[in-house]
Formats: sequence, structure tokens, C-alpha cells
Amino acid sequence: MASDTTAQAAKPRPVNAMSARDYAIRYGFLALLAGLVIYFGLAADGFASPQSAVFIFQSVAITGILALGVTATLVVGGFDLSIGSVATTAMMASSYVMVVMGGDALMAVAACLAVGVVVGLINGFLIVYMRVPDLLATLGMMFLLVGLQRIPTEGRSIATGMTMPDGSVASGTFSPEFLALGRHRFDLFLPNLLPISVVVLVVLAIVIWFFLEYTRFGRMMYAVGSNERAAQLAGAPVNAYKIWAYVISGVFASIGGILLAARLGRGDIASGNNLLLDSVAAALIGFAVLGAAKPNALGTAVGAVFVGVLLQGLTMMNAPYYTQDFIKGAVLVVALVFTFALSKRGKR
Amino acid sequence: MVEEPVFRVEGLRKSFGHIQVLGGVDLALRAGTVTVLMGANGAGKSTLVKIVSGVYRLGAGTITLAGQAFTPATPADAIRAGVVTVHQNINDGVVSDLDVATNLTLDRLNGPGARLVFNPRRVRREAREVADRMGLTVDLKANVSDLALADRQMVAIARAMAHEARVLILDEPTSSLSSAEADRLFQLVDRLRERGVAILYISHRMSDIRRLADTIVSLRDGRIAGVFDGAELDYEGAVNAMLGQKISRTDVVVREASAPVFKVENLRIAASAKPFSLALGDGEIVAVTGLVGVGKTAFAETLFGARAPLVGSMTLMGKAYAPRTTQHAIENGVFLIAKDRADSGIVPDFNIYENISLPFLKRLSDFGISKRRAERARARKQIAELGIICRTERDDMSTLSGGNQQKVMVARWLSQPAKVLILDEPFQGVDIAARRDIAGKLRASAPGRATIVFLTELDEAFEIADRIVVMSEHTLVGEHRNAEIDIDRLLAEIAGHHGAVN
Repeated sequence: MASDTTAQAAKPRPVNAMSARDYAIRYGFLALLAGLVIYFGLAADGFASPQSAVFIFQSVAITGILALGVTATLVVGGFDLSIGSVATTAMMASSYVMVVMGGDALMAVAACLAVGVVVGLINGFLIVYMRVPDLLATLGMMFLLVGLQRIPTEGRSIATGMTMPDGSVASGTFSPEFLALGRHRFDLFLPNLLPISVVVLVVLAIVIWFFLEYTRFGRMMYAVGSNERAAQLAGAPVNAYKIWAYVISGVFASIGGILLAARLGRGDIASGNNLLLDSVAAALIGFAVLGAAKPNALGTAVGAVFVGVLLQGLTMMNAPYYTQDFIKGAVLVVALVFTFALSKRGKR
Repeated sequence: MVEEPVFRVEGLRKSFGHIQVLGGVDLALRAGTVTVLMGANGAGKSTLVKIVSGVYRLGAGTITLAGQAFTPATPADAIRAGVVTVHQNINDGVVSDLDVATNLTLDRLNGPGARLVFNPRRVRREAREVADRMGLTVDLKANVSDLALADRQMVAIARAMAHEARVLILDEPTSSLSSAEADRLFQLVDRLRERGVAILYISHRMSDIRRLADTIVSLRDGRIAGVFDGAELDYEGAVNAMLGQKISRTDVVVREASAPVFKVENLRIAASAKPFSLALGDGEIVAVTGLVGVGKTAFAETLFGARAPLVGSMTLMGKAYAPRTTQHAIENGVFLIAKDRADSGIVPDFNIYENISLPFLKRLSDFGISKRRAERARARKQIAELGIICRTERDDMSTLSGGNQQKVMVARWLSQPAKVLILDEPFQGVDIAARRDIAGKLRASAPGRATIVFLTELDEAFEIADRIVVMSEHTLVGEHRNAEIDIDRLLAEIAGHHGAVN
């Protein structure tokens, strides 16, 4: 059923008359992923192990969550460049709540989610009511947040026992429950295998996939993204759907920020630099999965895993770390060619 | 006045694929006169303009300018030869981020002889010359984006005329101007006429035509349907020729409404328009007809809640009805099949059944979860009833012909029972067979609701309606039962002679 809904778009001809080209468009990227897994499994020692698989998922969990959020904004025909800075702002907010204000894990999580909702609402307001183009509004928000997260601590990172600007020493600590979000592992076949971040990624992927594909709200969001005026004349509250998309994106990004803070155990102003580009890349690679040629949750998740597999495999085959961005970029370009040059949809 | 035409088109033909758009058009423009070209949508006006302005190549025929053969290969060729066109979309004729002076001299920045260095002072001097010649009073330093629409239009025309044009083609220049702004445009046209420019003026607006025309040419289905000349122009005859008198009395069995459904009272849809009232009954189809730009779409959108009325009230099934949103209208059973399906109807990323169920997802889902199986079953039923030619209900919209796409739009809004069904130009870009199917289906399904159809083409109104209401200048001016119609009166009303009738 999943392939039925995501792939129908790119096959104008009967199923039994699919040409090699149609097959290439639909399954090419999945075949490439399978090929990579098999190749690395044979070539790199230890790649084909549960630990390695979990490591791959863990390495892409946070960018994957952010990518799922940005997918929602892509669906309504928008874009959200502020996700990376929302995540780091949430990280700083949770650290501040616990270390400086002495709050507990629940308060920290609530503060992060509040950051996501508020930023999403502001983005949506700017884009819908102030008519600022989406890229510019969210770019502005990105700058604003990068600056904002440094103000309370005057540019310092937040860690337990840090010295405050007024000379006193912060009394709070990261609560153990909060840190567990980043460090606890569930047992799955092997003891202590599955980290919470991977579970969150899988759950959120399923939730957003179901929401976009199987609920009327998701369908309306696709309609808004495809022809806004037609959607409006079909009775859709277009503005509300757009704002909701940015709220979803903000909340997902703040969840990513929570996991980041819990993993690091400090509010590090220097972390999270690559979050935006990596997650946008995953969402765009997702266009190529199953020939969807449009933003889709399944594709985004596959796109994130694809990047993870490639980097993990190359690392295990001793490719130097500084080639990683180049490889990610190359994958993105190939995926975009798949989407726009090969599929009929892109030619319109 | 027996002057030799400066610009002459003879036997012009043009086809796209197998479809002949122009089938032998003759046209003569004399210096110092305004020739108005009238034609309904699809009559071939824009194709004619595009050939003359060098966008398309002509299929067959000859064009001569001052006795010489005129065969522009590109729009720039046409302009250099002295035939300039100002297109309908004002912002295509100006660069809005630059100032007026640069806009007026923009064409000198390109082409042979253009200077390498941009000298603002020389540009302003040259622009001043152009502006003075045209009697243009706009501040040359102002940015075009800060100007009113009429001023931008003037700048676009002045820029075009900077080439010492002998022929000026104005394509619906007043379509987005207020009447005061239009007056200023008319004065400019008068000045150009006095200077001996031959002007081809394309418009539907009767007020423009009465004000400016020396000659009226009616175009219909790619042929000249009538040329009207002389001291007393026959405006009704021109409209008649444009709409076609071959009023094919179709076999519509006129029905009477069985019960009142919907009423509008003292509705005003434009600031200067007269308020009007209209009642729609169960089972009848009412066609609202009138020229382009008389407010038909504004009326349709007002009924559907996509636009708020300036004044007036509406009643649906005896209860006050004031939709604030389209959603509200749909929940009340008032549906609109909007004009221009590509822009306002079709969701291109959705397949047929997803397009059909789009407005009714709320009714077709449980707790927000859509039931695709049920949607597909309903879509299959509509596909069968309307005879939509496709492989399955999961086909892409782009695989369908125009007529079938329109059938999908009709199917969308027939898939749930309506109290009031509004159709705005439902036969635009639809072939005859599909038009028959849609009209037949609308008449067959009419009982149980009120139907109101907005149409420019009279033939279509005769084919589908029980009553025909005439709209002119944003108000209703006449009403006819589609049985013993006084065609002359109907045409007079459309042409704006309603004062005598009411």
C-alpha cells in the first residue's frame, strides 16, 4: 500500500508496460542503496553487524528527525532554513533550564518543545501574513536564533559547574533522566543495542509518513503545495495548513535539539553546524525514492539512511573524514538528477 | 478617408498541429485611425497579434507595411520595422525595478549601435525627448514600481512608441485600469491618432469601443465575421458578429423552477455598479451571460464566499447565507466549478480520483484518516457517468485531454449533492463532444439543486440554460426565458444598450 500511494505519481503508463526507464526511476535509488549495503558488507569487516547498523541509524537520527520536519514544509510548497538553529537553540534552552535555572528533565523538554512551536508559529506568520518569501523568512529566523541562543550566557557554552557572567557558579546539573534520552539503550536481540534517538527517529518517521499519506490533512497539505488556489477553492484553509507545516518543522527540529543536548550532556554553542545542510539533503534525496518526485516522508527517511550507510561504509574502508561533505554533495546531485531529469513529472 | 491602408493583412492562415486557428484573415489599418478588433475567447485574436508582432511565423498569406512585405522573424524585427505591440499584461512592457527614464530608453541599451557605457545623463535627456513627444507627464526619476497602473501603461506605450512606430497594437489595454485611468489612456490614443499612427485596439469593453473606434472588426472562429465602418458605427451588429448569429436552436426543453432555493438581494459587486437581485429555483439552470470583464467571475466568487460583496444579502433555502470562506460555502452545499481549470481547479500532482475527492475529504474520511478505496469507488462511478476517457481512476491529470480534464472538474463537484452549483466558463478549452457530455449531464442532474452558469458565448447559454440573465458593467440588465428569445434585445443588452430596455 505504501508503494501504491507514493509511486503512482510517476507512472502514467500501465504497470505491465513499464519500461526499463520507468523501473530505473522507481527503483534505481533503492537498488543503489541495496548495492551499497552489499558492497560494504563484503568489503568492510564488521559492516554487516547489528552494531554497525545501529551506529548508522544513530549517526543519522538527529538529521533524519530534522529532515522529516522540513519535509512537511516542502509538502506545502515552502522551505524551512531555520531547523538547524531551532535544534541548537532547543539544545541551549534545555541546558539553560537545567544547569542555570535548576529545572528538571520535564521542564527542559517542555522548554525545547515550546521553542519549536513558537519559532514555527513566527515563521508561519511571517510567510503567510507578512508575505515574506519562505526562504528569506526562515533564513532571517536562522540568523536571529543563532544570535539569540548566545545572549543568556554571553556567548559561553553551558556545562555543569560553569561560571556565570556575574562570577557565580551555576548550581544546577543535567538531570540523569534527561541524559538517559541520549545515552540509554534498549535491548534488542543483543543487550544495550538500540539507542533512544533511533527509536524516536523510527516513531516520528512512521507518524509523519502516516499523517502525510493517510490523513485528509496530509492530502490537503500536498494539494496546497501543488496548486494553492485550487486548494483554496476546494475549501482548504490554506493559511492554516501552511502555518501548521512550519509548526511541525519547528517541533521536529526541537526534538532533534533535545536528543543532541542529551547526547552531548552540555549546551555546546559550536555543535550542530552541519544539521541544516545534512537534513535538507536527506529530504531532497527523498524525492528520488520510488520515483515520487515530490517531498515524501518515506523518501526522506531512506535518504537519511542512505547518507548514513555511505559515510559509515567509507569510514570503515578508511576514507578520510574530510571527503564526507563532498560525498554527501555528490549523492544529492545524483538524486536531484534522478528526480528532475529522468522522471516525466520534472519535465512539466 | 479614402486613404490607402498603411498596414494590410491578406489571407492570413495559421494552424497549430491539426487545429486551424486563423482561417484566412484580411485586415487593413489606415494611418490616423483606430481599428477595434473584437472576438470571443479562442476566436484567434491573440494568435493574430502574435503573428503581427513577430512571435509566431505566419502559416500562409501576406502582410504588407506601407506597400512593402512585412515578415518579422522576431519581436525585435517587428519593432524595428515600426509595428509595436503593447501586451495585455502591463508589467511585461516595463521593468518595474528601474526608473522611468531607463525604461523609456531601454531598447537603446541593446542591439547594434548600443553604447558600452551607461550614461545616466544622456539616458535622461533621451527619455525627456521621448516623454515630451508623447505628452507624458510622469516624473522620469520615479521608479516604475511606484507608479499607478495607468502610468505604467503610459510608460509602456511611450517606450514602444519611442521607435517612431507607424502601427501600434494595444491588446486589451484597459483591462486592469479604472475608468479615470482609462480616460487618460484614451487621450494618449487620441494624440497618437492625430499624429497619424495606425492603431489596432483589441478590447471587449463597449465603453472603450464607443469612445475610440473608427472601424470595428469582429473576429469569430479564426475568420473575420464582420467589418463595421462609417460615421454611425453599428455596435450591436459588431457584437452580434463576434458572438455569432447562427443561433443554433438546440433541443433544450425549458423547465420552470419548482421551488425557490437561493436569492441574492441588492448585491453590489463593484464600487460604482448598480445593485441587483436574482432568485434561483430548484431544477432550473440559469445562464449569466455578458462580455468579458463585466463582473461575471466577481459575481460567481461572491456566491462562493471567495470574495465579499460590497453591499447586499443572500438567502439559501430561506436562511441568511453569508459565506466568509470557501469552506463555509461548501459546507452549505454551494459549490463553484471555477474558471480556468489549470490555474484554479486541477491539482497537478494528484491523480484523477484524488482530484475528484479533494473538497470532500472530510466527508470521505474517518477520524481524519482517508478511505482511498471509497474515494476510488466514487471516482469510478463519476468517470462512468461523465464518460471520462482514461485508463483507470489513478491516471495522472496530465495524461487527459482538455475536455476530459474539465469533466474531472465537473465530476469533482457533482460527486456530492449541491444545493447551488455555480459554473464559471465551464466550456473554456473544451471540445464539442466533451461540451455536449457535460451540458447533458448538468441538465440531467439539475433537479434537486439550483444551477447558475456564467458564460461569455451565447451559443453555450442557449444550449444549456432554462433562463438567460444578461450582465453588463457589474450588474444584471436583462432576463430572458430560453424559449422565445428576442435576440435583438438580448444582443442590445449585452452591448450595453440596456438603459432603453429597463
